[in-house]
Amino acid sequence: MDQVTTTADDTWTVAGRTFHSRLIVGTGRYKDLEETGAAIVASGAEIVTVAVRRVNLSDPKAPMLQDYVDPKKFTYLPNTAGCFTANEAVRTLRLAREAGGWNLVKLEVLGPPPLLYPDMQGTFEAAEALIKDGFEVMVYCADDPLAAKRLQDMGCVAIMPLGAPIGSGLGLQNPAMLTMMMEHITVPFLVDAGVGTASDAAIAMELGCTAVLMNSAIAHAKDPILMAQAMKHAIEAGRLAYRAGRMPRRMGADPSSPLSGLIR
Amino acid sequence: MTDVLTLTLNGEKREFATPADGRLSVMGLLTELGLDMRKVAVERNEEIVPRSSYMETWLASGDQLEIVHFIGGG
Repeated sequence: MDQVTTTADDTWTVAGRTFHSRLIVGTGRYKDLEETGAAIVASGAEIVTVAVRRVNLSDPKAPMLQDYVDPKKFTYLPNTAGCFTANEAVRTLRLAREAGGWNLVKLEVLGPPPLLYPDMQGTFEAAEALIKDGFEVMVYCADDPLAAKRLQDMGCVAIMPLGAPIGSGLGLQNPAMLTMMMEHITVPFLVDAGVGTASDAAIAMELGCTAVLMNSAIAHAKDPILMAQAMKHAIEAGRLAYRAGRMPRRMGADPSSPLSGLIR
Repeated sequence: MTDVLTLTLNGEKREFATPADGRLSVMGLLTELGLDMRKVAVERNEEIVPRSSYMETWLASGDQLEIVHFIGGG
């Protein structure tokens, strides 16, 4: 029972809000809103990312995300996906703040397809404008230690580098760089793109990441609900392994059974 | 007093009959569009319209409005 208690106490805090789950999930790319809601519940996530878009005025009664993912139960983290300038990002998130009434947001300013790589110049400008406007900014960024440190110094509340391009499912391509970045970051540090399957999520947590953000790895699995559960367990397993501290690697065997007392 | 109000809603020009009292508020517009006020946010000419002032924010011909909501995203 000690283990359970210890896990329950193992919380993390961003911008003054405390969470138990270290898995943040996106709400995009599911078959329908019903599946979105079910996958999110299965993932155990407490924070979900959402996008802000124009209402379809020709179908005002169409079901909305809030009908399936209750904003009272989940912390909505509005993103700036699709924004390419600081001005667009600020306008979008001001609307999100009005729609949802909170100021914790995910900033992402992306370059063009096919990589959608973080545009760090645009990210710096948007982060500055958003922080000045009172937002608490969790920022998607390149795996660039200098850029990450600068974003932290500017006042971003979480640093969220990619492990591989958005939606690629390639897994963490940069574990060494992520580890080096973490050494200089004191705010929460999340991997926010690139996870493809459960082991990728576990690796991110074993490296010492605070949490992991993912969308496609769950939404594009053949069975998103099962994968959501797999991710929940992988995140927990990776976190426990990190806290436990792995054994040292050695070049050679070290027998697990005693060599003494063998029959002759 | 004109009896037709021309507004640009989410990038599209739309015409609305001016109500009997001569003025259309953001609240009136959302009601006419059939939108659930608790689930949308409104920007008028690039300025946020706080929910608390929907009733006394009066629209004028030529106003540009963005009406948004949350959708699935990563």
